Amino acid sequence: MKARITITLKPGVLDPQGKAIEGALHALGFDGVDGVRQGKFIEVEVTENDPERARAEIERMCEQLLANTIIENYAYELEAA
Amino acid sequence: MKASIIVFPGSNCDRDAAVALRSAMGSAPNMVWHGDSELPDSDLILLPGGFSYGDYLRSGAMAAHSPIMREVVRRAKAGTPVLGICNGFQVLTEAGLLPGVLMRNATLRFICKDVLLKVERIDTPFARHYTPGQVVRIPIAHKDGSYFADPATLHLLENENRIAFRYCEHDGTVTDAANPNGSSDNIAGIYNETGTVLGMMPHPERLIDPAQSGTDGAKMFSSLVETLH
Repeated sequence: MKARITITLKPGVLDPQGKAIEGALHALGFDGVDGVRQGKFIEVEVTENDPERARAEIERMCEQLLANTIIENYAYELEAA
Repeated sequence: MKASIIVFPGSNCDRDAAVALRSAMGSAPNMVWHGDSELPDSDLILLPGGFSYGDYLRSGAMAAHSPIMREVVRRAKAGTPVLGICNGFQVLTEAGLLPGVLMRNATLRFICKDVLLKVERIDTPFARHYTPGQVVRIPIAHKDGSYFADPATLHLLENENRIAFRYCEHDGTVTDAANPNGSSDNIAGIYNETGTVLGMMPHPERLIDPAQSGTDGAKMFSSLVETLH
């Protein structure tokens, strides 16, 4: 199965990169842009075919390595590979 | 005193740290490759600065799971002093030995310059050759050095007297202007609960000899040698 994992900074955590991107978008004339936050996107293929077990495995990966849960939230979608 | 320096792929301050330790100890530290699972008998473990694993994913995240780190965590929990400098500090937070996280500098820039630090505490193996409240000059060189922790953790660090160094002015006052990277409460370094694990962004190993224009970093290594023999 394939997991598409999105890692985002928690609300309230300062995101200077998001701010810089927002500033660049404004400079390009996109005046209506606000609240830009930068995150990460990670694709993982797992050999596990049982969705429930695959979910548990993906969550362990996120907790142990892929996200730093002090500052980041994670979400994922699972699909048949 | 026996010391071990852990070398990760991408470490680049390991040899500077070795020079600093050798000049303080009179003998060479062990250089231990991250892929090893055995750590020699050590009175001190040092995690050096650099860019372990190219800072992939997050600074220090991959190194925190290197084979040797299991043993480092075990020894740290058993009381062996551990000093993490710069990337070493990032590794210590990712490994869960210190709370919080080092985030991208508020300026988004890599900052390489001398900064002034207020010594907040001297009753540890690392700091006894400093004086309380002393202002020392030590260089920083990082892009991910903005210390972040939630308000409860910051409160705990303050209450338990676990802040090691704060970025400050010449007279020791802690101001926003003296904060180079946006760190919460100007924190430049913190201790664990027992004062035996120290993580700090500044590089004491870079100012140990008058030829380097200062020796404020040398006192950390002489403190360690006197405490740990």
